[in-house]
Amino acid sequence: MSQPEILNQAFELGYTYTRSTGPVVGRFLTGLKNRKLVGIKASDGRVIVPPMEYDPDTAEELSEFVDVGEQGEIVTFAWVKEPREAHPMNEPFAWAMIKLDGADVPMIHCVAAKSEGHVTSGARVRAVWADETIGFMTDIRCFELV
Amino acid sequence: MSEEEQEMITKVEAPVYLKYNFTAGSAPTRFLAQIKNGVLAGQRCPKCLAVYIPTRGSCGRCGVPTVEEVELSDKATVQSFTIVSIPIPNNPIEPPFIIANVVPDGANVSFIHLMSECVNEDVHIGQRVQAVWKPEDEWGYSMDNIRYFKPLDEPDVPIELIGKLTVTGEEG
Amino acid sequence: MKEIAILGYQQSDSRSDAGAVNEVEMIMPVLERTFAQVGINNAQDVDFVCSGSCDYLQGAAFAFVAGVDALGAVPPIKESHVEMDAAWALHESMLKIRMGHADSALIYGFGKSSPGELPIVLSQQLDPYYLAPLWVDTISLAAMQARMMLDQGLITERDMAEVVSRSRRNAMNNPHAQLSGDVSVDDVLAQDTYVSPLRKGDCCPVSDGASAVVIATVEKAKEWGVPYALISGISHAIETHNMGMRDITDSVSTRIAAERAGMNAGKVDVAQLYAPFSHQEIILTRALGLGDETSINPSGGVLAGNLMMASGLSNIGEVFNRIVSGEAERGIAHATSGPCLQHNLVTVLETAEKA
Repeated sequence: MSQPEILNQAFELGYTYTRSTGPVVGRFLTGLKNRKLVGIKASDGRVIVPPMEYDPDTAEELSEFVDVGEQGEIVTFAWVKEPREAHPMNEPFAWAMIKLDGADVPMIHCVAAKSEGHVTSGARVRAVWADETIGFMTDIRCFELV
Repeated sequence: MSEEEQEMITKVEAPVYLKYNFTAGSAPTRFLAQIKNGVLAGQRCPKCLAVYIPTRGSCGRCGVPTVEEVELSDKATVQSFTIVSIPIPNNPIEPPFIIANVVPDGANVSFIHLMSECVNEDVHIGQRVQAVWKPEDEWGYSMDNIRYFKPLDEPDVPIELIGKLTVTGEEG
Repeated sequence: MKEIAILGYQQSDSRSDAGAVNEVEMIMPVLERTFAQVGINNAQDVDFVCSGSCDYLQGAAFAFVAGVDALGAVPPIKESHVEMDAAWALHESMLKIRMGHADSALIYGFGKSSPGELPIVLSQQLDPYYLAPLWVDTISLAAMQARMMLDQGLITERDMAEVVSRSRRNAMNNPHAQLSGDVSVDDVLAQDTYVSPLRKGDCCPVSDGASAVVIATVEKAKEWGVPYALISGISHAIETHNMGMRDITDSVSTRIAAERAGMNAGKVDVAQLYAPFSHQEIILTRALGLGDETSINPSGGVLAGNLMMASGLSNIGEVFNRIVSGEAERGIAHATSGPCLQHNLVTVLETAEKA
């Protein structure tokens, strides 16, 4: 039995979700819209950014919001030489875990930099806001080195 | 309510688009290659001898590969149907129209296709139908090489014999 | 409680692109060999069937239902599915047997990852508000984890390259491996970085394939008269989805799962660890306290071929193979899910020959 040619068809699956945020995520995203960053205090007092609804260790509901700075420090990073189509940056960039000033738990976002050599763990970065903020994670366009 | 609370974000649009390159399986590829030639090709289970169309490569009953290819008739019997009275997004067909499960002669399972050139209210289970093909130069690797099925002037098939006819339309 | 044994294991080749083969065509040959190994006809001869797969991998809705066409499911069978690695399907099957609802079970897992962009598809399993909208891919997350370990002096790039080199060499004895060869540590280190600090070699390949296992009560295994190994323990644990709150240089959940599964009750001759990235094998080895007496990933592990939704089950099968062949008396198999080893399952297998 001869194998016929392989038939391929490119296609795109779209899931056009609208998600309810709940009060905690909603508060953070509302902050982004107003170009402010807010975290929440965990049971042991650590400040988590972005805020979570509950404490992962104790399962306690969290409610004490804390303003944090828009600058912070890179905890660790990955250097992306060839950004993927879905990535938020078109030029080589870093993904980083960033501990914002006033926060104890790092958050993940992208960092714009000229080259890998410019980025180090411990480097200071600041949020770069999108031209228009709508209350979405991409309101922070990226972080940049200070 | 403070100004801030009024404009509190409660919902976000978070669409997800994922790109894929779908590959037809080996058995579907053979089926599609045949339909490009205007042939409805089934595959027979080596154990229970059931003939499947369109083929996916296995007999779901026995869990074994279906290898033997069987050429089927484009005459078929209506196993079930529904009259669709609402428009379907992105579908050019205007309601009301008929979607039917039809079993081609020589096969033991039905597939879904459209019916036309019929009085919707007269369509019934056991009705004999035949494929109306597009012009040959428009054939591709697609089930819509068949535009629709239209009624045949033949006696109805008794319910207990639907899905049991030979390729020549006789009792199997 | 009834003792449970593993009686059969088969895997397809791990291929970068299974081409025209659809899911049912990928599963059928593996099941056929598994049935033959155990001496049964089809899924009608076991009491329960459970599978693991994820439709998002190939972007085909209800692909997991299409997989059922490989079973011979008429008359109807008792069947279940997990949207996880099939190692968790084996866990579900063990619970089914322990509850007295079945004496035997077939477990299979399959993944066709090649049609999509796997690291991007997997980005959508992350937090839907804070991470999925950024499309942060799995390789980048692992790269951040590796960098943290390098920065803290917990590993060196040479340590990572040693893992890759050993995987490639071990995989030379694995006929189903996708990547194998006599690759030295220096060969690996000579590669340029990919998603820095990771090199391509540090990352598992994207693979298509399937695997299957049959388990049963020891009574049933004796009745069927085929060689078997005992599954003496199984447990899983998960960590928070907030990576910033985890110690990603360790795997606490793997350690907890191993303790609960009873790993420490005896020596570990062989360990099949699900480490999609080289540094993660080091994390797991340390978290489990494994030393020189343990052969780690003799199959090459998933660096040699990563069957999403099946390799965790294959790890159990690979340990089974080595126990039945007499190569090992006792071993553990590990499966993982989620970014940077978030969710971990440990299975302990032992020889049935003892005492």
